[in-house]
Amino acid sequence: MSALVWRRFRRHPGAIAGSITFSLIVLAVLLVPLSPYDPNTSQMAERLQPPSWQHPMGTDALGRDLLTRVLYGGRISLSVGLMVVSIALLIGVPIGAVAGYSSGRLDSILMRTTDAFLALPSFLILILLGAILREIDIPMLSRNNVFTIAIVIGLFSWMTFSRLVRAIFLTMREMDYIAASRSLGGSGLWIVLAHILPNSIGPIIVAATLGLGYAIIEESGLSFLGFGIQPPTPSWGNLLSNAQEQFIKYPWLAIFPGLMIFLSIISINYIGDGLRDAVDPYKVLIKVGDV
Amino acid sequence: MGSYIARRLVQTIGMMFLLSVILFALVNLVPGGPLAGQGQSRHVRPERAEQLKRQFGLDKPLPLQYLIWLVGNDWMRVDNDGDGVLDSYGTRKGILRGDFGYSFWTREPVLKEIAARLPNTIYLMGTTMLVALAIAIPFGVISAIRQYSAFDISVTTFSFAGQAIPEFWLGLLLILVFYVWLKNPFTGEPLFPPGGMYSLDSGFSLGDRLWHLVLPVTAGALGWIAWYSRFLRSSMLDVVHQDYLRTARAKGLSERSVLYRHGLRNALIPLVTMLALDLPYLFAGAVFIEMIFAWPGMGRLYYQAALQRDYPLLMAILVIGAGVIILSNLLADILYAYLDPRIRYT
Repeated sequence: MSALVWRRFRRHPGAIAGSITFSLIVLAVLLVPLSPYDPNTSQMAERLQPPSWQHPMGTDALGRDLLTRVLYGGRISLSVGLMVVSIALLIGVPIGAVAGYSSGRLDSILMRTTDAFLALPSFLILILLGAILREIDIPMLSRNNVFTIAIVIGLFSWMTFSRLVRAIFLTMREMDYIAASRSLGGSGLWIVLAHILPNSIGPIIVAATLGLGYAIIEESGLSFLGFGIQPPTPSWGNLLSNAQEQFIKYPWLAIFPGLMIFLSIISINYIGDGLRDAVDPYKVLIKVGDV
Repeated sequence: MGSYIARRLVQTIGMMFLLSVILFALVNLVPGGPLAGQGQSRHVRPERAEQLKRQFGLDKPLPLQYLIWLVGNDWMRVDNDGDGVLDSYGTRKGILRGDFGYSFWTREPVLKEIAARLPNTIYLMGTTMLVALAIAIPFGVISAIRQYSAFDISVTTFSFAGQAIPEFWLGLLLILVFYVWLKNPFTGEPLFPPGGMYSLDSGFSLGDRLWHLVLPVTAGALGWIAWYSRFLRSSMLDVVHQDYLRTARAKGLSERSVLYRHGLRNALIPLVTMLALDLPYLFAGAVFIEMIFAWPGMGRLYYQAALQRDYPLLMAILVIGAGVIILSNLLADILYAYLDPRIRYT
């Protein structure tokens, strides 16, 4: 199965280009400690320099190398994205699985809750929560650290997964091999864990990939408004936000952090699209989950 | 159909109730709570904080607070001065009777603040959506009809790029290019203004209004053009392979009539639902666009309210926003059932 998926994925030029770009971004972000510059020490003599060989993305108002800061910001933005997707999976998959397998009253309660969360103006709520939590010091969640922001965004990102997993379960429940397993005495839990979940992993991975892109956009947007990750910790969003006051005279401050967001999102979307085509048999199911 | 609408209405009311509980819980259970923004200073003496709590009724159990928020407190005695003794009857009427309270910041009724800003947002985002659809529908349809042509490949590539550009970055880039870099060759002035709804120094003119709309609408619309052209392409592709199009061709109808009268009409139906589902994102986009382009609308109002932690204003916008989303979903479902006869009203 996975060899087949890989063969189909390889045939998708966008997915290959996306994978290469995204791997390069991840590699650069991982290797940034090798940079000769420190992301937080200011060098006032070097302030607001345009891009050059020494500083490929220029320097900021405190003379810090922008490339180094953008890459450190990438660590933050990408890890928030990964954490958001993990949290969304942890909430969404069990809800969808229980709803899809149980049906009846429990199903309808879980799905109404999902619908209610979908009807919330979620980004506005993220702004509200970000504005409250950035003032507050509590253990683990103090002042909008990476963990806080990931939890807050994750709490409003699980609905796609619960709908998708429910749709898969509803279809699979009726299939013959499930009936066979049941007639051999397989318990409900066994059927879910051994048969249905492994067979629904493809569409879940596709949705998780696209969800990663979405989470990165949400984090940058929130940080851009000032309600996400707080400076001096850099994230792509708050680097852009800091650029706002000066970008007319020093445009590189705004161009490069945004370019990184753009490149990550477009490559993630292409990877997601390639994976979606590669796990083709479930294309229909993904549609059911989306609408 | 009548009973279908009635049942959906009942469901909608249930949903609104559920949402009001979620919203109320969110604001009241988060550490800090609604008082964190009141009194402006973060360092309020404990006895003063207790007094404020009683004044605002925050010492009562949460379910009672929720009830007061919904229906008001003019049926019970309240502690107006916060000294622990009940005084006169309350004056709040509750959101069910349209009382969203007063802004902590301006002390004006919240609804008045919203009413002043809402038309500006509808004007901006309405234009954005119209422009987006006017471009996306032909793009998507032609792209589907000529699948894998050069045009199709360009539209598909563009739609990937357009969906990946965050609107807050695009907004800054547009200001750089069209305000800072490019100049009008005759006057040497910037091509487009960097913000605002109209020029302050001149009277009303339609040209001036449109001139101010160009950049914010472009920044807001690009992502939607990308998304809807992709959506229409796939929805049109679904339709193109249907039997009824073959039937229409077999009847001898012109290709034009087959594609537009029979094809496009059916391809547009799913768009109705999509538009309703996308409403929250449209509003979220308004926050960025209005902030970057200094547009005096609801998005910026919400942003400022969040900065000042103006709870009554924030809650009012959230409740009204959620209400609008639910109602538009209901409307979309009814329209969908009406437009697509295959859907039975069950």
